[in-house]
Amino acid sequence: MTPLVDIRNLSIAFGGVQAVDDVSIDLYPGEVVGLLGHNGAGKSTLIKILSGAYRADSGEIWIDGKKATINSPRDARAYHIETIHQTLALADNLPAPANLFLGRELRTMFGFLDDSRMESETRKIMARLNPNFRKIAEPVSALSGGQRQSVAIARAVYFNARILIMDEPTAALGVHETKMVADLIMELKAQGLGIFLISHDTREMMELCDRVSVMKNGQLIGTERVEDVTEDDILSMIIMGKKPEKAA
Amino acid sequence: MSTSDTTRPAGAKAPARPKLTDTLELDTRLLGMIGAFIVVLVVFNILTDGRFLTPRNIFNLTIQTVSVAIMATGMVFVIVTRHIDLSVGALLATCSAVMAMMQTAWLPQYLGLPLGHPMIPWLAICAGVVVGGLIGAFHGYLSGYLLIPAFIVTLGGLLVWRNVGWYLTTGQTIGPLDPTFQMFGGINGTLGEFWSWVLGLAATAAALVGLWAKRRDKMRHGFPVKPLWAEVALGAIIAGAILGFIKILNSYEVPVARLRREFEARGEVMPEGYTEVYGLPFSVLLLIVVAVVMTVIARKTRLGRYIFAAGGNPQAAELSGINTRLLTVKVFTIMGILCAISAVVASARLTNHSNDIGTLDELRVIAAAVIGGTALAGGLGTIYGAILGALIMQSLQSGMAMVGVDAPLQNIVVGSVLVLAVLIDIIYRRRTGKG
Repeated sequence: MTPLVDIRNLSIAFGGVQAVDDVSIDLYPGEVVGLLGHNGAGKSTLIKILSGAYRADSGEIWIDGKKATINSPRDARAYHIETIHQTLALADNLPAPANLFLGRELRTMFGFLDDSRMESETRKIMARLNPNFRKIAEPVSALSGGQRQSVAIARAVYFNARILIMDEPTAALGVHETKMVADLIMELKAQGLGIFLISHDTREMMELCDRVSVMKNGQLIGTERVEDVTEDDILSMIIMGKKPEKAA
Repeated sequence: MSTSDTTRPAGAKAPARPKLTDTLELDTRLLGMIGAFIVVLVVFNILTDGRFLTPRNIFNLTIQTVSVAIMATGMVFVIVTRHIDLSVGALLATCSAVMAMMQTAWLPQYLGLPLGHPMIPWLAICAGVVVGGLIGAFHGYLSGYLLIPAFIVTLGGLLVWRNVGWYLTTGQTIGPLDPTFQMFGGINGTLGEFWSWVLGLAATAAALVGLWAKRRDKMRHGFPVKPLWAEVALGAIIAGAILGFIKILNSYEVPVARLRREFEARGEVMPEGYTEVYGLPFSVLLLIVVAVVMTVIARKTRLGRYIFAAGGNPQAAELSGINTRLLTVKVFTIMGILCAISAVVASARLTNHSNDIGTLDELRVIAAAVIGGTALAGGLGTIYGAILGALIMQSLQSGMAMVGVDAPLQNIVVGSVLVLAVLIDIIYRRRTGKG
């Protein structure tokens, strides 16, 4: 089977710092791959290259077995790569529909914004993701952390993503909301999406992911199937930067 | 993902009956500004024994506001995207100089068009608008692509363009300007009674149809709508405001001496008891057109949506694939074009171009936008707010002049009002949690 995403030997440096150093990771349809590592290990930088926010110094990204050129967020979206950034990347002064469709507004036949259609689409998808969501017309600054998160998720899910990148999607959430995100990840996975998940919560990663990749100082330490390793193995990879000794 | 908005801590108040302003979906901030404006008008009217709110003074007040108001609509976009433009007054001067020289020197000399040729004013205006747009785009490029802060770019621009204007005219006052061109200044070009009414009625009809269409569209999508009586009341207020304004402008009669002169110029004799009124000035019509176009851009186009998104969160806008650098160029280009349009009105009103035209306008324009609710932190602002802000400033200024307040004190008051208005705005936003 061809991988959905095949990242080959990607590198990027900022000033003298090698933020991502010759990293290769792949992702198959219906799979969740977790990225683990300390702050500054290069996880967010790596996925920002994939989502078009940064341009790699060297290396290649292959999508569906074809070499892809991703120079901007727009390019990434054209490959159906959707990203939920850690910062959520919402314009706080605009209401949910404007944020959901930001950069991809629905327009009338005269080329003007079709606000009613965008609002009604937003109501539909929010009813599915977060039935308690009411504040359609208010700026998202008036929303709670969970509600803001659901707007960011709705934005990624609405446009038929095939590759979903979630950078710390549960960091700001309570127990109940975290459970809902986990359920959503399982649902999307069942639909055949490939998901890159970044989190600091090793236990959560062991539950949600099929494989985990550990990074340290910009380098990939290793990628393991979760059933082959224990949580302690993962932790030692994160801390020591070494692959666990295999019994066999 | 959240249930927090349905659960409520024990002892908290049950939701109150929806407030009247919420039912009407009225912007309480706008109401506050209109209230302040009315207070200013009424107070000055009392202080001047009723001379402030005469048709003649209202007419003058409106035409004095136009130039600053047109630029203030562009300043809203600039400030919303977290920039500032200190060069608008100087840019106005350069555009005005270009247009004045086109009419009086360049077109007649280089294109051989005789003075008074019907194409002269239009070619001059086109040239001014192109120059304004190009200079604006240049400012936007310096700020957006070369990342020089807009404050610095336009501070430099303030000195540069004021004096480029000076060089173009070698420091002379250029005039009189073309008679057709002068019609954009205010008193020298008005619609007259009949066409003012036609326009007023058309505008009223358009506003009512717009309200109705919006309501129908909401119902079609199953969104909540306000009660019918509220809609009717709002329609009545809008219709009353438009038609009332036209009625006032149509009550200002052209002085008999001026009419007699006009008849004499045509070689006729003025009939006894003949009267004529000014009606809506072309310059005010121009402002209305600018306001409508800018509001449509702000609310109904991608450009406007991106301006507000980039102002609210520049990183989010970029991650959404918005080219924020090009956006900066576009915003400053619009600002430059509006400076040129303001230059038409300002120089036409004075009937000539002088070197000090538009001096300190940058401060009036920024003040109008800020009084009108544009937040310097970016992301918030309205076109109608900026125009109302310009009207409030001009009312204060003319009112104090009429009452006979000393010139230094006038500026002290205007400056204090600016700071106070922003303070009230900050308190209001904190209370309502908006912004």
